Amino acid sequence: MIDIPFFLFVVFAVVAIGGGIGMVSSRNPVASLLFLVVTFFSLAGIYVLLNAQFIAAVQVIVYAGAIMVLFLFVIMLLNLGSDYHADIRRFGWIVAGFVAAGIIGGILSSGLTQPGLLAGGGGGALVDASVRDVGVVGAVAFPLFRDFAVPFEVTSLLLLVAAIGAVLLAKRRV
Amino acid sequence: MHSFEPTLPWLIVLLPLLGFALNGLAAFVAPTRKALPALVAPAAVGLAFVIAVVNFLAMRAAPPLAPVIVQGYSWMPVGSLQIDAALQLDQLSMLMTLIVTGVGFLIHVYSVGYMGADPGFARYMAYINLFIFFMLVLVLGSSFPVMFVGWEGVGLCSYLLIGFWFTEKANADAGKKAFIVNRIGDFGFLVAMFMIFANLGALDFATVFAAAPGAFPYAGAVVTTITLFLFLGATGKSAQIPLYIWLPDAMAGPTPVSALIHAATMVTAGVYMVARTSTLFALAPLSMTVVAGIGALTALFAATIGLAQYDIKKVLAYSTVSQLGYMFIGVGVGAFSAGIFHLMTHAFFKALLFLGSGAVIHAMHGALHHTHSKWDAQDMRNMGGLRKHLPITWVVMWIGTLAIAGVWPFAGFFSKDEIIWQAAARAVGPFHTWFTVYWVMALVAAMLTAFYMTRLMIMTFHGVSRLPEAEQQHLHEAPAVMWVPLAILAALSVVGGWFNIPEEIKRIPVLGWLPGSPWVHEWLQPVTRTADAIFGAQVGALSEASPLGGGEVAWAVISFAIAVAVIAIAASMVLRWQYRPALESPEPAGLKRLLWRKWYVDEIYDVLVVRPLVGASRWLWRWVDDAVIDGSVNGLASGSRGLGWLSSRLQTGQLNTYAFAVVVGVILLLAFVVL
Amino acid sequence: MVQYSLWLSAVLFALGVLGVVIRRNAIILFMCVELMLNAANLAFVAFSRVVGIDGQVFVFFVMTVAAAEAAVGLAIVISLFRHSESVDTRNFNLLRW
Repeated sequence: MIDIPFFLFVVFAVVAIGGGIGMVSSRNPVASLLFLVVTFFSLAGIYVLLNAQFIAAVQVIVYAGAIMVLFLFVIMLLNLGSDYHADIRRFGWIVAGFVAAGIIGGILSSGLTQPGLLAGGGGGALVDASVRDVGVVGAVAFPLFRDFAVPFEVTSLLLLVAAIGAVLLAKRRV
Repeated sequence: MHSFEPTLPWLIVLLPLLGFALNGLAAFVAPTRKALPALVAPAAVGLAFVIAVVNFLAMRAAPPLAPVIVQGYSWMPVGSLQIDAALQLDQLSMLMTLIVTGVGFLIHVYSVGYMGADPGFARYMAYINLFIFFMLVLVLGSSFPVMFVGWEGVGLCSYLLIGFWFTEKANADAGKKAFIVNRIGDFGFLVAMFMIFANLGALDFATVFAAAPGAFPYAGAVVTTITLFLFLGATGKSAQIPLYIWLPDAMAGPTPVSALIHAATMVTAGVYMVARTSTLFALAPLSMTVVAGIGALTALFAATIGLAQYDIKKVLAYSTVSQLGYMFIGVGVGAFSAGIFHLMTHAFFKALLFLGSGAVIHAMHGALHHTHSKWDAQDMRNMGGLRKHLPITWVVMWIGTLAIAGVWPFAGFFSKDEIIWQAAARAVGPFHTWFTVYWVMALVAAMLTAFYMTRLMIMTFHGVSRLPEAEQQHLHEAPAVMWVPLAILAALSVVGGWFNIPEEIKRIPVLGWLPGSPWVHEWLQPVTRTADAIFGAQVGALSEASPLGGGEVAWAVISFAIAVAVIAIAASMVLRWQYRPALESPEPAGLKRLLWRKWYVDEIYDVLVVRPLVGASRWLWRWVDDAVIDGSVNGLASGSRGLGWLSSRLQTGQLNTYAFAVVVGVILLLAFVVL
Repeated sequence: MVQYSLWLSAVLFALGVLGVVIRRNAIILFMCVELMLNAANLAFVAFSRVVGIDGQVFVFFVMTVAAAEAAVGLAIVISLFRHSESVDTRNFNLLRW
């Protein structure tokens, strides 16, 4: 029998990559955005397969639901969705981009999957254990509010600053 | 007998320097005022002369056996080498100091009259004071470097004074030529100094001359090389073949300069140097032969050129070159005191001749100026019959001519004949054939000397005047400030020879009835005894008879007779030759043209030396200086600019470019971390 | 699974880089940056299977920062648009040499 998680993973992966390609190559900004949303959804699926359900939910809610909607608002506000003039750079840059992307992809894939990095595989069991204990949300929340309390507070400060900054930057007259 | 204590020796040297400073200041601040330089400059040298006389008399009372060193300050203590700024007072340097300050003083006084009307008078006085200072440093220096300071300094002053009227390009070129040719000689001096230091480890005279006989084997290669290089320096400074070419051109300077520097003092520095380093030269008989040979060749060669020159100063210039050759014959055959003695008498009569010619030129210039004539005041073809207008000058110049021709009882008879006799007497030993040849050459040159000097006198003072009536009216004798020094020098030219009459001559009836003794020879004994000892030990005693037979007495009488005969023949020949004024005279042809054109030596040097050098410099300038050096410096600059421009192209302002730059940075970082 | 996720992460990151270099539209440029961030998130989550829960906590932070950054960045794009009537990055070159 086929391995269902693996099969699902392959499906999600293909969809993600397809969405990525579509986003990079699409002329219409709105189409681009929608392709990206598709990618986000498939990524959320992969997160579930990796036993990070809370993160998957947050991905859908925050990324696909908030950030992308913000992008869409801006596109619509600036009325960019109607004209489709080409906005891809010259051929030389395309070649440079492929080369750079290829190099990065190669370095990353060889570097991330080093045996040394993947050796201590005990973390997954710990995650599963804490999920069984305190639930999916608690598994993330307890470390978040205990060990990472300071970064948490700093992040909230960051959000405040970002909100003020966004308002200030977008004002017509300061 | 107590020992010799110098009295104020530093003042001898420093007084002219002070004069230079004061006159130089005057030249800057008030160049048109003549009173201060006219007083200060001669006074400085005069005072130096007085102090020198005081020291000389003290030295006569207590002659030192070794030079007395007067320490100044420690100039260059470097490792094992110790060079001090110090003066050395011994018989030789004292004699030279007297000559330099004495004749120098007379020429200073003369210059007040001759250059009094010149706008650069203060500058001139400053320069000749500076010259006297450097010349005194040269003769009084106690080590090779100090002598070299004086050596270079007189070369500098020579340049400044030859090119005194530098607004004329020819004068400036003559100054440059003198300086550059001198420098070629100085290279020889420097190499010799380096070799002396390398071999003996010291450069002061006392140490070197004490160590040399032990350190250098007789006729060894090292000491021969050293002395040959020293002599190269001497040929440059004392205008011998091959470096004499600057001296005739140096006549572009004022006449008192020619008298002081190019007759009496600077050009004698080479002779002094050879006499000073007599110990080294005595150890190298080959070098001595070379010295005497070049001296003899130069004496003969220059005399031939002097026969055909029309410019009165050029005749005297070539005569100086020739007489310097005699001095080198003297020191070259080993008769150092004879060479120095001729140096002394030559200073008297050559200065006299030059200053006399200066009076003639002064008169001619004044006369031609009145009618705004374009005639050359120095060309003898424009003169003639001047004895009516310049009687004093006529008399003193005849005295000088008789002296230089070697007529008894004038000075040249004793000094020149001494040299000629020594060349014959020392024709013993391994080089005796050469010395015989030199002796014959010296005799021939003596005859030519008498001839060209008589020619000069007849053309200038006798016969019919070739000047038009208009100018003749304005000819006048020199003022007292000019003819008094002439008279003094004439008196010295008469009695100067009596300072060194050999014993043999004194026994001749009539000719020997003169007050005097071989004083100079005895006076310089302590200085030359080391060299004399080496000569006696290695070569042997002097011969009593010349190679052609006859002793000293016989040849003295013979040369006197020859001199008188040549003068008489020359006078009658020249009186019969018809001369036209210079502008109307045809150019000489044939052999006379060759002599008049100085054997084309300058032209030969130009082709062989000057043009290749200039061509090489040009090539170096274009291909090394401009292309390589400038090119690399400019290339660096434009390279930097180009690099900067390239880098500026990164600042495109395009977001995507910057993003790409970030990507490249990320790649590098990742590669560094991961790989 | 972990290994394949990491490969996928690398591929998505490379796609994001490609998009950043190629596209001229400022907003799409931004979206490519978000893609890159997501690729990083995927890598974090994959590694949480190896290391522990810390990977997922970090993803949380990354998302927060991404949200803040998106807000500010879009505000900038809007004010740029007001200045030059387009979001083509060719027009934003006042800082060139």
